Amino acid sequence: MAEIVIENIRKEFGAFTAVQSSSFRIEDGEFFMLLGPSGCGKTTTLRMIAGLELPTSGQIYIDGEEVGRKPASQRDIAFVFQMFALYPHMNVRRNISYPLVSQGMPRALIREKVAEVARILGIEDILDRPVGGLSGGDRQRVALGRAIVRNPKCFLMDEPLGALDAEFRERMAEELRALHDRMGATTVYVTHDQLEAMQMGDKIVVMNHGVVEQFGVPQDLYDWPATMFVAQFLGSPPMNFLRFDGQFAPGSASITLGDAVIEVPPQREGAQGALALGVRPEHVRLDDSAALRGHVIAAEYLGTTQIVTLSTPQGEVKARIPASRLVRPGQTTGLAFDARTLTLFDVAGGRALRSAANERVLADG
Amino acid sequence: MSSYSITEPSRGMKWTAGLLVVAYALITLLPLLWIMATGFKSTNDAIAYPPKVFFEPTLEGYVNLFTIQNRASAEQLAENPATTWYDRIVQDKGMVISGPSRFGEMFMNSVIIGFGSTFLSVVLGTLAAYAFSRFRVPLKDDLMFFILSTRMMPPIAVAIPIFLMFRAVGLSDTHAGMILLYTAVNLSLAVWLLKGFIDEIPREYEEAALIDGYTRFQAFVKVVLPQAATGIASTAIFCLIFAWNEYAFAVLLTSGNAQTAPPFIPTIIGNTGRDWPAVAAGATIFLVPVMVFTILLRKHLLRGITFGAVRK
Repeated sequence: MAEIVIENIRKEFGAFTAVQSSSFRIEDGEFFMLLGPSGCGKTTTLRMIAGLELPTSGQIYIDGEEVGRKPASQRDIAFVFQMFALYPHMNVRRNISYPLVSQGMPRALIREKVAEVARILGIEDILDRPVGGLSGGDRQRVALGRAIVRNPKCFLMDEPLGALDAEFRERMAEELRALHDRMGATTVYVTHDQLEAMQMGDKIVVMNHGVVEQFGVPQDLYDWPATMFVAQFLGSPPMNFLRFDGQFAPGSASITLGDAVIEVPPQREGAQGALALGVRPEHVRLDDSAALRGHVIAAEYLGTTQIVTLSTPQGEVKARIPASRLVRPGQTTGLAFDARTLTLFDVAGGRALRSAANERVLADG
Repeated sequence: MSSYSITEPSRGMKWTAGLLVVAYALITLLPLLWIMATGFKSTNDAIAYPPKVFFEPTLEGYVNLFTIQNRASAEQLAENPATTWYDRIVQDKGMVISGPSRFGEMFMNSVIIGFGSTFLSVVLGTLAAYAFSRFRVPLKDDLMFFILSTRMMPPIAVAIPIFLMFRAVGLSDTHAGMILLYTAVNLSLAVWLLKGFIDEIPREYEEAALIDGYTRFQAFVKVVLPQAATGIASTAIFCLIFAWNEYAFAVLLTSGNAQTAPPFIPTIIGNTGRDWPAVAAGATIFLVPVMVFTILLRKHLLRGITFGAVRK
């Protein structure tokens, strides 16, 4: 197993830059998520780690060795494709044993290894079936089998659950995570699904337009986003932005929104101009006595909670509150926030301003 | 659950469709059947009017096809009594066999040139199509159009330059020359057909093989080729049919050594212009290899003809 270090990696396809100088480190044994919208460069980054694309510049280290220019076949990695890419002219057994055949391993040993992998994945009964007739979940297991049978330095997975039905996805996600915990293999996993990323990942890197937006553990990214993009990409509904023009000096612990004074974590840097106050829906309370007023537009009932949409002079705000609270469209109410959870953003640059609350996270990422 | 389906045709529809197909097959097969029947007719039956549908079969046509015969006097016939069935057929007409005809040779030429050029077209076509499909080839679209454009010109339009070039480099009337020529004509079709097939094979298969520790060439041979088998088979059929049937270049560029069957068969008719059974016998035998080849590859052919029509 191995640690993977990506340094200033860059990939251009003609005039299009898919990845612009990204750097991050994947620790040994980590389940690492590359998260972002389609076209953000996450798959290109993964393919460069695999050796299916050559970086335009930058270095990739697997286990301390620079592999950026090495062909895929010499990197000792396994790749699970979104469409599984099982060899259609071979049966399950031959698919799984194919990487071992290329190593010239003796037949008896191959048989033994394939049997072991089949047992781990619970696919012993389909070993002699052609891959054409298998269900999505079984194909996925075979693809995983082909990956783990070799005991590679790391696993690279490109949206491996993307082609599965919703119900299967949940189960395979659990299986994958359990498999990872059991084998302890470094895994790099590409997804555009933020829930999947937070559910499964030890660490997440969020990419957008070929740039790494933020990198860290899921909780940090969710609570203390470094950019407005991350704030909006993670969470459903995403973080609210209350936009305002204002200024404050380093050390100030409150801002003024219209008539309301809102307490925020002590700021480490001053700012002025177009700013935004970021607040997660679950940190919004409806409080009739609060100075910041909002007008209820809609309420969506979700069982234990409800999402209330309010319009305020600073823009629309969604609040996640207990379903038991009675809210009617048309009603006017006050909004209160938990001061410890707030983040201020500089709208022009789209980045979070440092405060006592998020400086630890921002220093890492 | 209802068993009603809007896609499943009714019994009546199936019967009608079946009858139409059989009728169409009969119409298209009738000339072939007539040629096969003519091959077993006597010379007189072959040109009888009204045409004879029922006749007494004879192998005279086939014997004439494969032998050279001379008229013989009564004494000569008496001196050489017929020992085989084909001697007897010939002697009944007052002739003797003086040797084998060149049909066998010409037929073999057709086999060598037809299959040789098909093999070359498919091998080169597959390699070129793979490169065009997978690699960033500079000016790819222009090159593909250039390859296609060679197909737009009727090959016979360049017959005279080719004739002169072949004479200059000594390729006239050689197997190598004809194989090269037919390969050149077929290659554009082969590249285009095969590129379509290879485009449909997801790259992930090869990438999986690359990651599994195989080289690009191994991935091509072990993963891409089996996937492209259908395309290769149907391309091979198209190439073979062209090379096998080609007449104009064969007449122009071959005379004895490398002459193929198509220019030879009409010459069988003989000085009297009456030996249709021998011509029909030649045509029948000539049909067999393409038929066998097509039947062997038929399951690929159907998918090949409709290729690209349905995305999987």
